Amino acid sequence: MDRYFLTQIFSTCLVCGVYDMKPGVAVHKFSSCDGCQLAFLNLGEELLELDRLVEIVHFAEAGPFDEQTPVAIAFVEGSISTQADTERIRRVREQADFLITIGACATSGGVQALRNLADSGAWHASIYPEPEYLDSLDNVTAIREHVKVDLELWGCPVNSRQVLAAVRALLFGVLPETDRDKVCMECKRQQNVCVIVAQGVPCLGPVTRSGCGSLCPRFGRDCYGCYGPAEALNTASLGKRFAGLGLLPEQVVNRFRAIHSHLEEFAPPQGPDYDRE
Amino acid sequence: MERPGFLPRQRLDDLLVLLRDSGYRVIGPQLAEGAVVYRDIGAASDLPAGVTVESGPGSMRVIKQDSPRQFAWANGPQALKPRLFKPAESLWQVQRDAQGRLSFARCDETPQAVAVIGVRACDLAALRIHDQHFLESEYRDPYYARRRERLLLVAVNCTDPATTCFCASTGDGPAASGDYDLLLDELEDGFLVTSGSPEGQKLSAALALTPAPDARCEVARAAVERAAAVQTRRLPPGDLFDRLFAHRDHPRWSEVANRCLACGNCTQVCPTCFCSRERDETPLDGASSVHQREWDSCFTEGHSYIHGLVIRAETRQRYRQWLTHKLGSWHRQFGRSGCVGCGRCILWCPVGIDITEEVHVLMQEPVHD
Ligand code: SF4
Ligand code: SF4
Ligand code: SF4
Repeated sequence: MDRYFLTQIFSTCLVCGVYDMKPGVAVHKFSSCDGCQLAFLNLGEELLELDRLVEIVHFAEAGPFDEQTPVAIAFVEGSISTQADTERIRRVREQADFLITIGACATSGGVQALRNLADSGAWHASIYPEPEYLDSLDNVTAIREHVKVDLELWGCPVNSRQVLAAVRALLFGVLPETDRDKVCMECKRQQNVCVIVAQGVPCLGPVTRSGCGSLCPRFGRDCYGCYGPAEALNTASLGKRFAGLGLLPEQVVNRFRAIHSHLEEFAPPQGPDYDRE
Repeated sequence: MERPGFLPRQRLDDLLVLLRDSGYRVIGPQLAEGAVVYRDIGAASDLPAGVTVESGPGSMRVIKQDSPRQFAWANGPQALKPRLFKPAESLWQVQRDAQGRLSFARCDETPQAVAVIGVRACDLAALRIHDQHFLESEYRDPYYARRRERLLLVAVNCTDPATTCFCASTGDGPAASGDYDLLLDELEDGFLVTSGSPEGQKLSAALALTPAPDARCEVARAAVERAAAVQTRRLPPGDLFDRLFAHRDHPRWSEVANRCLACGNCTQVCPTCFCSRERDETPLDGASSVHQREWDSCFTEGHSYIHGLVIRAETRQRYRQWLTHKLGSWHRQFGRSGCVGCGRCILWCPVGIDITEEVHVLMQEPVHD
């Protein structure tokens, strides 16, 4: 996506910051818990400012419902888990200049993708008397496996700061900053005491992308990786460390894939297992 | 040399009160989050009495003992660095008015004077390096300077080094030397107090201490000597520039990269590391922005990003950058090594990578493949 294209979509008056025509924004929901949409709903006063700058065309959870009108930015929450989803995401893409996935489900498949590791047909049969009425795909997939995604906002859920920073940057006609550093960097800036070192708990901070403000370690807990993989990953070394802390090989594998099981980056490594040294 | 005064332990609060009455916010060690961390101190009872720390590479636990001692541990995860070189701070802001004109303003806060109690020899040595970097280079840092001018240091000589400490081999400890205002030696029943600056002399005089007898001074001296003798880790002496750079292609760099998480923890806890990055925080209305500086690390991809290219994309290169700068090129920059032997990078590395061990292997002839 180049700068020229962005300024075409978002041509702003630099003095008052308002647009000749306010860019349209849609917030779409697929298979998800709705938590990421709260990043908008929890904005408070800033929601009014957002409304001044953009036209919120579609946002079913907040009221406006219009899936037809083309928009400048489509935010997409949730994974693709039904046949109907696979068709609707194409229409969403066609109607949007810039598509942003918000949260783990949309970006990697999220928690629902755990069912890819099991026989979901057997589950359906054991629960529903007539499972043939269910529209449920065997495998859950991320949005980028279906359509082109212009920007991914990671997190489970994403926070308001991420969403606002993305909107603000696009309104300026530039691409939002991406920070692929590890949670550890934020953790140390917050001056938390490291929970791996001081408590011996399996923190995923050293392989997880920053953006949450090291929320879990700030409360003395181990990060469980909801912001997805950081850059320069070394899951094998961290997995070995977890084994040294007393986790069984299976527990190590599960630790990595709780939220992002569908990602190769957090899959169990090839070759020798996480054996206790 | 002036004879130290003796401050009985139950009078430690007199020192804290005196500092507060002299206008200082008092910061000192406390037990929190399972470690000894520096926070605001209300009274001497906030100090970690009977606490000692059992530690090794990538692991530490606090142990409670039946002892009155309040400084019987080596060092915490952080000490002076985050006080002076803030993990994140706003440098300046810009505002756009209704006519589209921009106005810039420096983010100026006048910091309160701070007294830090329990500063260690390694921290003082690191402070000297940061003073060189932030105050004495071509680009004096006004944010650091303002806080530095209002800092009072109450050092404590180390008697209980961690297994990860090696300050004796770098020549930076365990006895504090140099830039302190007051220096304490902890004995069972109290402290020897030595002043190291006019401000320290004033404080010491106000405490009206009796001179410490020779026997007490001898006990204190022996404890510090023992603290040096028990250290087992060490770095090779001297300027390692040539030897490290000659081993640029040593297979050990790849080997350490197999273990290294490129998490940056070593650099964040290192009291001499000073890298930062800058970014702008812009509210949604787009009418203003705040320019911020925050700690960075040579283990991030942004650190070596130049115009569309990350120069050190691999962890091997990042670890090599860290170690060759710290122990090699640092000499050309600051006239000494960048390591003061505090051992924090070893203790707080989640996978326990040990700088002393890596250097010893690297100093051996590379195995050619
Ligand atoms: S607590 Fe977790 S995120 Fe924080 S420094 Fe330790 S490993 Fe990294
Ligand atoms: S390199 Fe390690 S031991 Fe040396 S000063 Fe830094 S943190 Fe301390
Ligand atoms: S040496 Fe340890 S603390 Fe430093 S980046 Fe590597 S894993 Fe992290």
